[in-house]
Amino acid sequence: MDTDSNCVGRLRRAPENFLSAEDIAAVAAGRRGFLKKAFAAAGASLATGASVRALAAEPAADAGDPAILTLPEYSKTLGKPVAANGYGVPSKFEHNLQRRESPGLTRVSAASVAFAPLQGLFGIITPNGLHFERHHQGWIDVDPDKHRLMVNGMVSNAKVYTMDDVMRLPSVSRIHFIECGANSSMEWGNVAVPTVQYTHGMLSCCEFTGVPLSVLLEDCGFDRKNGKFVLAEGADGSSMTRSIAMDRALDDAIVAYGMNGEMLRPENGYPLRLVVPGVQGVSWVKWLRRLKVGDQPWGTKDETIHYVDLMPSGQLRQYTSIQECKSVITAPSGGQTMLDKGFYNVSGIAWSGRGKIKRVDVSFDGGRNWTTARLENPVLTKALTRFNLGWTWNGGPAILQSRAIDETGYVQPKISELRAVRGTRSIYHNNAIQSWKIAESGEVSNVQAY
Amino acid sequence: MFKRIELVVLATLAACAVGASGFAWSADRQGPATNAVIAGVGRSATPAEIRAWDIDVRPDFKGLPKGSGTVAHGQDIWEGKCASCHGTFGESNEVFTPMIGGTTKDDIKTGHVAALTNNSAPQRTTMMKVSTVSTLWDYIHRAMPWNAPKSLGTDEVYAVVAYILNMADVLPNDFTLSDTNIAQAQARLPNRNGMTTEHGLWDVRGKSDVKSVACMKNCPVADKLGSELPAAARDANGNPAGQTRPFGETHAINLASSDKAAPASATSAAPAKSAGLELATSSGCVACHAVNNKIVGPAFKSVAQKYKGRSDAESYLIGKIKTGGSGVWGAVPMPPQPHVKDADVKALAQWILTIDP
Repeated sequence: MDTDSNCVGRLRRAPENFLSAEDIAAVAAGRRGFLKKAFAAAGASLATGASVRALAAEPAADAGDPAILTLPEYSKTLGKPVAANGYGVPSKFEHNLQRRESPGLTRVSAASVAFAPLQGLFGIITPNGLHFERHHQGWIDVDPDKHRLMVNGMVSNAKVYTMDDVMRLPSVSRIHFIECGANSSMEWGNVAVPTVQYTHGMLSCCEFTGVPLSVLLEDCGFDRKNGKFVLAEGADGSSMTRSIAMDRALDDAIVAYGMNGEMLRPENGYPLRLVVPGVQGVSWVKWLRRLKVGDQPWGTKDETIHYVDLMPSGQLRQYTSIQECKSVITAPSGGQTMLDKGFYNVSGIAWSGRGKIKRVDVSFDGGRNWTTARLENPVLTKALTRFNLGWTWNGGPAILQSRAIDETGYVQPKISELRAVRGTRSIYHNNAIQSWKIAESGEVSNVQAY
Repeated sequence: MFKRIELVVLATLAACAVGASGFAWSADRQGPATNAVIAGVGRSATPAEIRAWDIDVRPDFKGLPKGSGTVAHGQDIWEGKCASCHGTFGESNEVFTPMIGGTTKDDIKTGHVAALTNNSAPQRTTMMKVSTVSTLWDYIHRAMPWNAPKSLGTDEVYAVVAYILNMADVLPNDFTLSDTNIAQAQARLPNRNGMTTEHGLWDVRGKSDVKSVACMKNCPVADKLGSELPAAARDANGNPAGQTRPFGETHAINLASSDKAAPASATSAAPAKSAGLELATSSGCVACHAVNNKIVGPAFKSVAQKYKGRSDAESYLIGKIKTGGSGVWGAVPMPPQPHVKDADVKALAQWILTIDP
């Protein structure tokens, strides 16, 4: 009995290097069925004894995949010794995965952004070397011996801490996402960029270790009655400043030095940065040198000239901070090609600045019908949550979407629903449902379905 | 009796512990467990230390230092240190978005910039958005000029702010801006009434202005797609095949081998980074120079074009990188770069001269 043909979604994996450049082009060009022909041709050449680099779909009993039949060199030689790389680096085969700028988005690379390659990441943790970057006046590498943190303003005792001091204080380690308020900003009006790296890549998630901000504020005797805001200031040339509301400061903000088990990377604020869970990345001030308690927000450059959301009325929303619930499918996603019909593990990430993810639904027909996806543990507050859902692609056109719901009951909106309230010129806080179109050719592209 | 005193001491200690580590964590996010009093960590800041760093200026002008500056003085500083990026009239769109433009005399009366509503300006300028003059003062003081932040004196900052406001018709030509009259400038700022905090995105418990419902079956959808990736944008970020791993459940589209698309162009998001460009990046050159376009300083391409023919081009560039220079490419001087090693300076000079115009 041929069970294979009854098993929907059974897909034979092509051996490594099975697809030539022409074959990939054929997929891109929509010439389906080429796989079958290639299998047949490979089988025929095997039968005639010609050397082949590909495997037939149904190899003869005495034939097989050369990757199996011919032992590779690395199976027959001695490997490299320990500590050959004192600090390990990814396999050379992973070099394509890099954080990248989006051409034309900014003109000055010191005041720009590099997007994280979400299309190639698994789970919820962003590797430190691939964490997205956003600098306002270039990044610096601060000597931790010379770094100081000052707490002043409405405190009974303005204090100075060295890194030794900061690292003696009670510490916590927590996993949180960080998203730039301008993530997905290029798509308010229409589709603009091809892959999830550029649509959603101003997003990362790490385990941060540091001192709760509340501990430092307590230690300096902050004014509980009149202290309503905390100003955070960086030590870089821009000395970036943002006002943090006191309830955010006391709730779960962290003055962090650790990031995924090691010290922060210089691009991410070494040796000290503020972590404000759920709040847009610009408030997570890097190279943190000063915290000041006050009774009013400061109206800083990045609170008055940038990071203000223009409404259709002409008013600019100031101090928009919370990153509302959002999700995106990372596989399959824009700029990719399906290899064949059959089973796929549809995978993505969801997050909310207001708490935990409660549910993620996935649609394969552009939002007509939805299926609830499986959430992977851990599901943490204000952290990325990975979701997965099995799907059998029948080779026809499809539009994939994900829709997240957080523990407050808030439902991730359609782009049309966002536009109805906020217009198309607000730049910031686009948390719309992302649509990926799968063409019959297998090509996946970025579309807006609403 | 003795026991009683001990109890009081213990209770006091416990109160201290709570006071010093009085966390406001919600139930599922426990604060660090501690029964020790945090004491003796860190030290009091001295008045001189606080003065050195406590530079923030608020919208109510708290923190604004005494001082003054004239529009005319501001113009001098502007032309020497600001115009190369922002344009002589603050209008330049070459390096940063324009500062001046899009505001009218009527806006100065109403405090609302009409161009934000009627879309009459091609771009949102700084002056169209800024609602508090303190923001300009604070930012210029802490972060400008671009390549020499915090180098302007107090009076120079007043002068530059005065000149910017003069270019936007907020202040007259003969104005002297000071800590005592800055409120007058605030009262004429074109977008002073243009901000709102009436939204649900400031407070974590705030209510969103956008409410969707999670329909599951036969949900209403549009007849056709609202938008698709424009053909021209397909390779504008480079070739996807070079930007993800070449194996997995899906593969990236390879625009280089597809007959549908042009090969990834020079605007690729993944330009092959030369060793020279990497050195220029690690040496800090790219804060002011780019390969193909002017930033604060000229494009490397333009430098190559200008000096390629000279027999002493390499030694000339080595000298310029090491000791700096001014006047050749505009008013902004290039500072000396003593932090770059001699071998690297030589490599940079050689690399720059290899760039094709």
